[in-house]
Amino acid sequence: MKVLIPTPLLSYTQRREVDANGATLAAVLADLDRQFPGIRFRVIDEQDQMRRHIRFFVNGDQVFDPEQPLRPSDEIIIVQALSGG
Amino acid sequence: MARSASKATTRKPKVKTRAGLPRARPASRTVVLVATRKGAWLLHADAARRTWRVDGPHFLGHIVNHVVLDPRDGRTLLATAKTGHLGPTVFRSTNLGRTWKEAAKPPAFAKAAEGKAGRVVDHTFWLTPGHASEPNVWYAGTSPQGLFRSEDGGVSWAPFSHINDDPKYIEWMGTVQDGTPDGPKLHSIIVDPRDPKHLYFGMSGGGVHESTDGGKNFAPLIKGMQVVEGFDAAAVTFHDPHCVRICPTNPDRLYQQNHCGIYRLDRPGDSWTRIGRSMPKKVGDVGFTMTVHPRDADTAWVLPMDGQTVWPRTSPDGKPSVYVTRNGGKTWQRQDAGLPAEQAWWTVKRQAMSADTRDPVGLYFGTTSGEIWASRNEGERWTCIARNLSEVYAVETAELG
Repeated sequence: MKVLIPTPLLSYTQRREVDANGATLAAVLADLDRQFPGIRFRVIDEQDQMRRHIRFFVNGDQVFDPEQPLRPSDEIIIVQALSGG
Repeated sequence: MARSASKATTRKPKVKTRAGLPRARPASRTVVLVATRKGAWLLHADAARRTWRVDGPHFLGHIVNHVVLDPRDGRTLLATAKTGHLGPTVFRSTNLGRTWKEAAKPPAFAKAAEGKAGRVVDHTFWLTPGHASEPNVWYAGTSPQGLFRSEDGGVSWAPFSHINDDPKYIEWMGTVQDGTPDGPKLHSIIVDPRDPKHLYFGMSGGGVHESTDGGKNFAPLIKGMQVVEGFDAAAVTFHDPHCVRICPTNPDRLYQQNHCGIYRLDRPGDSWTRIGRSMPKKVGDVGFTMTVHPRDADTAWVLPMDGQTVWPRTSPDGKPSVYVTRNGGKTWQRQDAGLPAEQAWWTVKRQAMSADTRDPVGLYFGTTSGEIWASRNEGERWTCIARNLSEVYAVETAELG
Protein backbone atom coordinates (compact mmCIF):
# COMPACT_ATOMS: atom_id res chain seq x y z
CA MET A 1 0.00 0.00 0.00
CA LYS A 2 0.96 3.61 -0.42
CA VAL A 3 2.69 5.36 2.50
CA LEU A 4 3.23 9.11 2.49
CA ILE A 5 6.45 10.08 4.29
CA PRO A 6 6.91 13.38 6.20
CA THR A 7 9.96 15.55 5.56
CA PRO A 8 11.83 14.56 8.78
CA LEU A 9 11.99 10.98 7.47
CA LEU A 10 12.99 11.72 3.87
CA SER A 11 16.63 11.07 4.82
CA TYR A 12 15.59 7.40 5.10
CA THR A 13 13.34 7.01 2.03
CA GLN A 14 14.68 9.74 -0.29
CA ARG A 15 11.13 10.08 -1.63
CA ARG A 16 7.80 11.33 -0.41
CA GLU A 17 5.80 8.27 -1.35
CA VAL A 18 6.80 4.64 -0.82
CA ASP A 19 5.12 1.22 -0.97
CA ALA A 20 4.93 -1.15 1.99
CA ASN A 21 3.01 -4.29 2.84
CA GLY A 22 1.36 -5.62 5.98
CA ALA A 23 -1.94 -6.68 7.47
CA THR A 24 -1.65 -4.13 10.30
CA LEU A 25 -0.05 -0.75 10.79
CA ALA A 26 2.63 -2.45 12.94
CA ALA A 27 3.37 -4.89 10.10
CA VAL A 28 3.60 -2.06 7.58
CA LEU A 29 6.06 -0.25 9.84
CA ALA A 30 8.12 -3.44 10.15
CA ASP A 31 8.19 -3.69 6.36
CA LEU A 32 9.22 -0.04 6.10
CA ASP A 33 12.06 -0.74 8.53
CA ARG A 34 13.25 -3.64 6.38
CA GLN A 35 13.33 -1.34 3.36
CA PHE A 36 14.68 1.69 5.19
CA PRO A 37 16.65 0.50 8.25
CA GLY A 38 16.17 2.62 11.35
CA ILE A 39 13.00 4.40 10.27
CA ARG A 40 10.69 2.54 12.65
CA PHE A 41 12.53 3.50 15.85
CA ARG A 42 12.26 7.17 14.94
CA VAL A 43 8.43 6.93 15.02
CA ILE A 44 7.71 3.98 17.37
CA ASP A 45 9.46 3.66 20.74
CA GLU A 46 10.94 0.57 22.40
CA GLN A 47 7.64 -0.14 24.15
CA ASP A 48 5.94 -0.26 20.72
CA GLN A 49 4.12 3.01 21.34
CA MET A 50 3.74 5.78 18.80
CA ARG A 51 6.13 8.63 19.55
CA ARG A 52 4.63 11.77 21.02
CA HIS A 53 4.93 14.05 18.01
CA ILE A 54 4.21 11.52 15.28
CA ARG A 55 0.69 10.79 13.99
CA PHE A 56 -0.59 8.07 11.66
CA PHE A 57 -3.60 8.47 9.37
CA VAL A 58 -5.26 5.68 7.36
CA ASN A 59 -7.49 6.90 4.56
CA GLY A 60 -7.69 10.25 6.30
CA ASP A 61 -8.63 8.93 9.76
CA GLN A 62 -6.17 9.11 12.63
CA VAL A 63 -5.12 5.72 13.99
CA PHE A 64 -3.91 5.19 17.55
CA ASP A 65 -3.60 1.39 17.65
CA PRO A 66 -0.59 -0.10 15.82
CA GLU A 67 -2.54 -3.35 15.52
CA GLN A 68 -5.22 -1.67 13.43
CA PRO A 69 -6.04 -4.05 10.52
CA LEU A 70 -5.29 -2.70 7.05
CA ARG A 71 -6.31 -3.54 3.50
CA PRO A 72 -3.94 -3.41 0.49
CA SER A 73 -5.93 -0.51 -0.93
CA ASP A 74 -5.49 1.65 2.18
CA GLU A 75 -3.36 4.78 2.11
CA ILE A 76 -1.20 5.65 5.11
CA ILE A 77 0.06 9.11 5.91
CA ILE A 78 2.74 9.63 8.56
CA VAL A 79 2.53 13.16 9.94
CA GLN A 80 4.84 15.25 12.10
CA ALA A 81 2.76 16.89 14.82
CA LEU A 82 3.64 20.20 16.42
CA SER A 83 6.70 19.83 18.63
CA GLY A 84 7.76 23.30 19.66
CA GLY A 85 10.52 25.63 18.52
CA MET B 1 42.52 19.93 6.02
CA ALA B 2 41.34 18.16 9.10
CA ARG B 3 38.54 16.30 7.37
CA SER B 4 40.93 13.60 6.22
CA ALA B 5 41.22 10.51 8.35
CA SER B 6 43.96 11.92 10.51
CA LYS B 7 45.45 9.85 13.26
CA ALA B 8 44.87 11.34 16.69
CA THR B 9 47.15 10.86 19.60
CA THR B 10 46.02 8.28 22.11
CA ARG B 11 45.53 9.66 25.59
CA LYS B 12 47.48 7.20 27.65
CA PRO B 13 47.53 8.00 31.34
CA LYS B 14 50.81 9.36 32.57
CA VAL B 15 51.91 9.20 36.13
CA LYS B 16 52.94 12.39 37.85
CA THR B 17 56.56 12.04 38.87
CA ARG B 18 58.42 13.56 41.79
CA ALA B 19 60.43 15.57 39.34
CA GLY B 20 57.32 17.41 38.20
CA LEU B 21 54.40 17.21 35.87
CA PRO B 22 54.30 14.94 32.82
CA ARG B 23 55.31 16.65 29.62
CA ALA B 24 52.70 17.94 27.20
CA ARG B 25 52.34 16.21 23.88
CA PRO B 26 54.11 17.74 20.89
CA ALA B 27 52.14 20.42 19.07
CA SER B 28 49.20 18.99 17.16
CA ARG B 29 45.99 20.30 15.71
CA THR B 30 43.06 20.83 18.01
CA VAL B 31 39.46 20.35 16.98
CA VAL B 32 36.60 21.48 19.19
CA LEU B 33 33.42 19.44 18.86
CA VAL B 34 30.33 21.52 19.56
CA ALA B 35 26.88 20.00 20.18
CA THR B 36 23.90 22.35 20.26
CA ARG B 37 20.15 22.41 20.35
CA LYS B 38 20.12 22.92 16.56
CA GLY B 39 22.99 20.80 15.31
CA ALA B 40 26.73 20.19 15.63
CA TRP B 41 29.81 22.10 14.54
CA LEU B 42 33.48 21.16 14.35
CA LEU B 43 35.91 24.02 14.95
CA HIS B 44 39.37 23.32 13.56
CA ALA B 45 42.30 25.31 14.95
CA ASP B 46 45.53 26.19 13.22
CA ALA B 47 48.70 24.85 14.85
CA ALA B 48 48.93 27.89 17.14
CA ARG B 49 45.21 27.76 18.07
CA ARG B 50 44.85 31.37 16.90
CA THR B 51 42.49 31.01 13.95
CA TRP B 52 39.57 28.65 13.64
CA ARG B 53 37.81 27.11 10.68
CA VAL B 54 34.14 26.37 11.20
CA ASP B 55 32.82 23.10 9.77
CA GLY B 56 29.04 22.74 9.99
CA PRO B 57 26.27 22.64 10.72
CA HIS B 58 26.08 18.89 10.88
CA PHE B 59 22.54 17.60 11.54
CA LEU B 60 20.94 21.02 11.16
CA GLY B 61 17.79 21.18 13.27
CA HIS B 62 18.62 18.08 15.26
CA ILE B 63 18.98 18.32 19.02
CA VAL B 64 22.57 17.15 19.47
CA ASN B 65 23.60 16.47 23.05
CA HIS B 66 27.13 15.17 22.63
CA VAL B 67 29.77 14.71 19.93
CA VAL B 68 32.87 12.74 20.89
CA LEU B 69 35.95 11.64 18.95
CA ASP B 70 37.36 8.21 19.74
CA PRO B 71 40.85 8.91 21.13
CA ARG B 72 41.81 5.29 20.40
CA ASP B 73 41.57 5.52 16.61
CA GLY B 74 41.52 9.28 16.10
CA ARG B 75 38.86 9.22 13.39
CA THR B 76 35.60 7.78 14.69
CA LEU B 77 33.09 10.39 15.76
CA LEU B 78 29.87 9.57 17.55
CA ALA B 79 27.03 12.07 17.85
CA THR B 80 23.79 11.68 19.76
CA ALA B 81 20.77 13.25 18.10
CA LYS B 82 17.03 13.52 18.10
CA THR B 83 14.59 16.00 16.64
CA GLY B 84 11.40 17.54 17.92
CA HIS B 85 9.44 14.81 16.16
CA LEU B 86 11.69 11.79 15.83
CA GLY B 87 13.04 9.37 18.37
CA PRO B 88 16.60 9.40 19.68
CA THR B 89 19.51 7.94 17.78
CA VAL B 90 23.27 7.91 17.41
CA PHE B 91 25.20 8.82 14.28
CA ARG B 92 28.68 7.60 13.49
CA SER B 93 31.40 8.95 11.22
CA THR B 94 34.74 7.37 10.44
CA ASN B 95 36.05 10.31 8.42
CA LEU B 96 35.82 13.17 10.92
CA GLY B 97 32.29 14.15 9.94
CA ARG B 98 32.55 14.12 6.15
CA THR B 99 29.87 11.43 6.09
CA TRP B 100 27.65 10.01 8.83
CA LYS B 101 25.82 6.73 9.22
CA GLU B 102 23.10 6.02 11.75
CA ALA B 103 23.66 3.35 14.41
CA ALA B 104 21.91 0.10 13.49
CA LYS B 105 20.59 -0.25 17.03
CA PRO B 106 20.55 2.98 19.07
CA PRO B 107 20.25 2.91 22.88
CA ALA B 108 16.79 1.69 23.92
CA PHE B 109 15.42 0.18 27.11
CA ALA B 110 14.27 -3.44 27.21
CA LYS B 111 10.69 -4.10 26.18
CA ALA B 112 8.53 -4.41 29.27
CA ALA B 113 6.64 -7.60 30.05
CA GLU B 114 3.01 -7.70 28.94
CA GLY B 115 0.93 -5.40 31.13
CA LYS B 116 3.94 -3.64 32.67
CA ALA B 117 4.98 -0.07 31.92
CA GLY B 118 8.38 0.06 30.26
CA ARG B 119 10.79 2.96 30.07
CA VAL B 120 11.51 4.90 26.90
CA VAL B 121 14.76 6.68 26.02
CA ASP B 122 13.93 10.31 25.30
CA HIS B 123 17.46 11.22 24.27
CA THR B 124 20.96 9.89 24.54
CA PHE B 125 22.75 12.49 26.57
CA TRP B 126 26.31 11.34 27.19
CA LEU B 127 28.99 9.34 25.37
CA THR B 128 32.21 7.93 26.82
CA PRO B 129 34.78 5.91 24.88
CA GLY B 130 35.79 2.70 26.65
CA HIS B 131 39.18 1.79 28.02
CA ALA B 132 42.24 1.88 25.73
CA SER B 133 42.42 -1.92 25.99
CA GLU B 134 38.84 -2.27 24.71
CA PRO B 135 39.03 -0.50 21.34
CA ASN B 136 35.42 -0.79 20.18
CA VAL B 137 33.70 -0.31 23.51
CA TRP B 138 31.64 2.82 24.18
CA TYR B 139 29.28 3.76 26.98
CA ALA B 140 26.19 5.96 26.72
CA GLY B 141 24.00 7.66 29.31
CA THR B 142 20.42 8.59 28.54
CA SER B 143 17.46 10.62 29.68
CA PRO B 144 15.64 9.25 31.58
CA GLN B 145 18.58 7.69 33.38
CA GLY B 146 19.89 4.62 31.60
CA LEU B 147 23.30 3.08 31.00
CA PHE B 148 24.16 1.48 27.65
CA ARG B 149 27.21 -0.11 26.07
CA SER B 150 28.37 -0.76 22.54
CA GLU B 151 31.06 -3.31 21.72
CA ASP B 152 31.22 -2.56 18.00
CA GLY B 153 32.28 1.06 17.91
CA GLY B 154 28.82 2.55 18.41
CA VAL B 155 26.93 0.63 15.70
CA SER B 156 24.71 -1.35 18.08
CA TRP B 157 23.89 -0.61 21.70
CA ALA B 158 22.51 -2.73 24.53
CA PRO B 159 21.38 -1.97 28.08
CA PHE B 160 24.36 -2.36 30.39
CA SER B 161 24.59 -3.50 34.00
CA HIS B 162 21.72 -4.01 36.43
CA ILE B 163 20.86 -0.40 37.01
CA ASN B 164 18.32 0.16 34.21
CA ASP B 165 15.88 -2.33 35.75
CA ASP B 166 17.03 -2.51 39.38
CA PRO B 167 14.08 -1.45 41.61
CA LYS B 168 16.44 0.32 44.00
CA TYR B 169 18.04 2.29 41.18
CA ILE B 170 14.65 3.06 39.64
CA GLU B 171 13.65 4.51 43.02
CA TRP B 172 16.85 6.58 43.21
CA MET B 173 16.29 7.88 39.68
CA GLY B 174 13.01 9.45 40.79
CA THR B 175 10.47 10.72 38.32
CA VAL B 176 10.63 13.16 35.43
CA GLN B 177 9.56 15.83 37.90
CA ASP B 178 12.68 15.21 39.98
CA GLY B 179 15.06 15.74 37.10
CA THR B 180 16.43 18.61 35.08
CA PRO B 181 13.93 20.60 32.97
CA ASP B 182 14.59 18.62 29.80
CA GLY B 183 14.60 15.31 31.61
CA PRO B 184 16.61 13.46 34.28
CA LYS B 185 19.97 12.31 33.01
CA LEU B 186 22.70 9.72 33.44
CA HIS B 187 26.01 11.45 32.75
CA SER B 188 29.70 11.63 33.64
CA ILE B 189 30.42 8.01 32.72
CA ILE B 190 34.06 7.54 33.69
CA VAL B 191 36.39 4.64 32.94
CA ASP B 192 39.46 4.42 35.17
CA PRO B 193 42.44 4.63 32.78
CA ARG B 194 44.18 1.95 34.89
CA ASP B 195 41.33 -0.56 34.94
CA PRO B 196 38.48 -1.11 32.44
CA LYS B 197 36.37 -2.69 35.16
CA HIS B 198 36.46 0.38 37.37
CA LEU B 199 33.58 2.64 36.36
CA TYR B 200 31.78 5.69 37.71
CA PHE B 201 28.69 7.60 36.61
CA GLY B 202 26.48 10.40 37.88
CA MET B 203 22.74 10.82 37.79
CA SER B 204 20.75 14.07 37.93
CA GLY B 205 19.14 13.21 40.12
CA GLY B 206 20.30 10.08 41.82
CA GLY B 207 23.89 10.52 43.00
CA VAL B 208 27.34 9.28 42.01
CA HIS B 209 27.88 5.52 41.60
CA GLU B 210 30.87 3.22 41.28
CA SER B 211 31.55 -0.28 40.00
CA THR B 212 34.78 -2.20 40.49
CA ASP B 213 33.66 -5.34 38.65
CA GLY B 214 33.00 -4.08 35.15
CA GLY B 215 29.45 -2.99 35.82
CA LYS B 216 28.13 -6.21 37.35
CA ASN B 217 27.45 -4.24 40.50
CA PHE B 218 27.20 -0.51 41.10
CA ALA B 219 26.96 1.17 44.49
CA PRO B 220 26.38 4.79 45.57
CA LEU B 221 29.37 7.00 46.32
CA ILE B 222 27.68 9.97 47.97
CA LYS B 223 29.25 10.34 51.41
CA GLY B 224 30.09 13.96 52.14
CA MET B 225 27.89 15.30 49.34
CA GLN B 226 25.23 17.75 50.45
CA VAL B 227 21.62 18.04 49.32
CA VAL B 228 19.14 20.89 49.21
CA GLU B 229 18.35 22.19 52.68
CA GLY B 230 15.57 20.30 54.39
CA PHE B 231 16.20 17.02 52.57
CA ASP B 232 17.94 13.93 53.92
CA ALA B 233 21.51 13.58 52.61
CA ALA B 234 21.35 9.85 53.35
CA ALA B 235 18.71 9.42 50.65
CA VAL B 236 20.45 8.71 47.34
CA THR B 237 17.61 10.10 45.26
CA PHE B 238 18.11 13.66 46.55
CA HIS B 239 21.68 13.93 45.29
CA ASP B 240 22.32 15.92 42.13
CA PRO B 241 25.89 15.72 40.82
CA HIS B 242 26.03 17.99 37.77
CA CYS B 243 29.43 16.95 36.45
CA VAL B 244 32.08 14.49 37.66
CA ARG B 245 35.63 14.36 36.29
CA ILE B 246 38.61 12.07 36.89
CA CYS B 247 42.18 13.38 36.76
CA PRO B 248 44.04 11.68 33.89
CA THR B 249 47.41 11.70 35.66
CA ASN B 250 46.03 10.80 39.07
CA PRO B 251 42.93 8.64 38.58
CA ASP B 252 42.57 8.38 42.35
CA ARG B 253 41.34 11.97 42.31
CA LEU B 254 37.83 12.97 41.26
CA TYR B 255 36.32 16.44 41.07
CA GLN B 256 32.63 17.20 41.04
CA GLN B 257 30.42 20.20 40.37
CA ASN B 258 27.20 19.46 42.21
CA HIS B 259 23.86 21.25 42.54
CA CYS B 260 25.07 21.85 46.10
CA GLY B 261 28.69 22.88 45.70
CA ILE B 262 32.08 21.86 44.35
CA TYR B 263 33.72 18.68 45.67
CA ARG B 264 36.90 16.63 45.52
CA LEU B 265 37.35 12.96 46.35
CA ASP B 266 40.72 11.25 46.82
CA ARG B 267 40.51 7.47 46.62
CA PRO B 268 40.65 5.07 48.30
CA GLY B 269 38.75 7.52 50.49
CA ASP B 270 34.99 7.47 50.05
CA SER B 271 33.97 10.85 51.42
CA TRP B 272 33.69 13.92 49.19
CA THR B 273 35.14 17.20 50.49
CA ARG B 274 33.32 20.42 49.64
CA ILE B 275 36.18 22.46 48.20
CA GLY B 276 33.74 25.11 46.96
CA ARG B 277 33.60 26.55 50.46
CA SER B 278 36.72 28.51 49.57
CA MET B 279 35.07 30.21 46.60
CA PRO B 280 34.22 33.92 47.07
CA LYS B 281 30.97 34.14 49.04
CA LYS B 282 29.46 36.61 46.58
CA VAL B 283 29.93 34.16 43.71
CA GLY B 284 29.19 30.91 45.49
CA ASP B 285 29.98 27.39 44.30
CA VAL B 286 26.94 26.48 42.23
CA GLY B 287 27.43 25.58 38.57
CA PHE B 288 27.00 22.88 35.96
CA THR B 289 30.44 22.17 34.53
CA MET B 290 33.92 21.32 35.79
CA THR B 291 37.11 20.65 33.86
CA VAL B 292 40.39 19.12 35.01
CA HIS B 293 43.95 19.75 33.89
CA PRO B 294 45.29 16.96 31.63
CA ARG B 295 48.54 16.68 33.62
CA ASP B 296 48.18 18.45 36.95
CA ALA B 297 45.66 16.88 39.32
CA ASP B 298 45.75 19.96 41.58
CA THR B 299 44.35 22.18 38.83
CA ALA B 300 40.67 22.37 37.86
CA TRP B 301 38.27 24.94 36.49
CA VAL B 302 34.62 25.77 37.16
CA LEU B 303 32.15 28.28 35.78
CA PRO B 304 29.88 29.45 38.59
CA MET B 305 26.26 30.41 38.06
CA ASP B 306 23.60 32.16 40.11
CA GLY B 307 21.87 29.64 42.36
CA GLN B 308 20.11 32.09 44.63
CA THR B 309 16.42 32.98 45.01
CA VAL B 310 14.62 31.48 41.99
CA TRP B 311 17.82 29.88 40.62
CA PRO B 312 18.35 32.07 37.53
CA ARG B 313 21.20 29.78 36.39
CA THR B 314 22.94 32.75 34.77
CA SER B 315 26.41 34.13 35.36
CA PRO B 316 26.40 35.78 38.80
CA ASP B 317 25.51 39.47 38.50
CA GLY B 318 25.71 39.16 34.69
CA LYS B 319 29.53 39.05 34.92
CA PRO B 320 30.69 35.62 33.77
CA SER B 321 34.00 34.22 34.91
CA VAL B 322 35.91 31.00 35.07
CA TYR B 323 37.48 30.16 38.43
CA VAL B 324 40.62 28.07 38.69
CA THR B 325 42.18 26.23 41.58
CA ARG B 326 45.86 25.30 41.42
CA ASN B 327 45.95 23.53 44.78
CA GLY B 328 43.13 21.00 44.75
CA GLY B 329 40.49 23.47 45.86
CA LYS B 330 42.19 25.22 48.79
CA THR B 331 42.01 28.54 46.94
CA TRP B 332 40.40 29.81 43.74
CA GLN B 333 41.31 32.62 41.35
CA ARG B 334 38.95 34.52 39.05
CA GLN B 335 39.78 34.31 35.31
CA ASP B 336 37.62 36.77 33.39
CA ALA B 337 40.07 38.62 31.12
CA GLY B 338 38.42 38.95 27.72
CA LEU B 339 34.99 37.83 28.91
CA PRO B 340 32.09 40.32 28.94
CA ALA B 341 32.46 42.73 31.87
CA GLU B 342 28.71 43.15 32.40
CA GLN B 343 25.23 42.31 31.12
CA ALA B 344 26.09 38.78 30.03
CA TRP B 345 23.43 36.47 31.38
CA TRP B 346 24.42 33.15 29.95
CA THR B 347 25.69 30.04 31.61
CA VAL B 348 27.57 26.91 30.58
CA LYS B 349 25.98 23.49 30.75
CA ARG B 350 27.52 20.43 32.34
CA GLN B 351 29.40 18.95 29.38
CA ALA B 352 30.00 22.29 27.62
CA MET B 353 33.55 22.92 28.89
CA SER B 354 36.66 21.03 27.90
CA ALA B 355 40.46 21.18 27.96
CA ASP B 356 42.95 20.15 25.29
CA THR B 357 46.25 18.44 26.09
CA ARG B 358 48.62 21.14 24.84
CA ASP B 359 51.10 23.19 26.86
CA PRO B 360 49.85 25.61 27.96
CA VAL B 361 46.49 23.90 28.15
CA GLY B 362 43.73 25.29 25.94
CA LEU B 363 40.31 25.66 27.49
CA TYR B 364 37.02 25.88 25.63
CA PHE B 365 33.44 26.44 26.70
CA GLY B 366 30.11 26.98 24.99
CA THR B 367 27.33 29.16 26.33
CA THR B 368 23.57 28.89 26.49
CA SER B 369 23.56 31.91 24.15
CA GLY B 370 25.45 30.05 21.42
CA GLU B 371 28.99 31.39 21.83
CA ILE B 372 32.23 29.42 21.99
CA TRP B 373 35.01 30.91 24.10
CA ALA B 374 38.62 29.74 24.05
CA SER B 375 41.77 30.34 26.05
CA ARG B 376 45.24 29.37 24.83
CA ASN B 377 46.79 29.97 28.24
CA GLU B 378 44.87 27.98 30.83
CA GLY B 379 42.21 30.62 31.37
CA GLU B 380 44.38 33.74 31.68
CA ARG B 381 42.70 35.35 28.65
CA TRP B 382 39.56 34.44 26.75
CA THR B 383 38.57 34.97 23.11
CA CYS B 384 35.21 34.32 21.49
CA ILE B 385 35.90 31.98 18.56
CA ALA B 386 32.29 31.42 17.41
CA ARG B 387 29.00 33.13 18.10
CA ASN B 388 25.37 32.96 17.01
CA LEU B 389 25.23 29.19 17.10
CA SER B 390 22.37 27.70 19.11
CA GLU B 391 22.26 26.86 22.82
CA VAL B 392 25.43 24.86 23.42
CA TYR B 393 24.96 21.49 25.10
CA ALA B 394 28.46 20.05 24.82
CA VAL B 395 32.03 21.02 23.99
CA GLU B 396 34.71 18.38 23.58
CA THR B 397 38.25 18.69 22.32
CA ALA B 398 40.32 16.26 20.29
CA GLU B 399 43.92 16.36 19.14
CA LEU B 400 44.65 15.43 15.56
CA GLY B 401 48.14 14.18 14.84
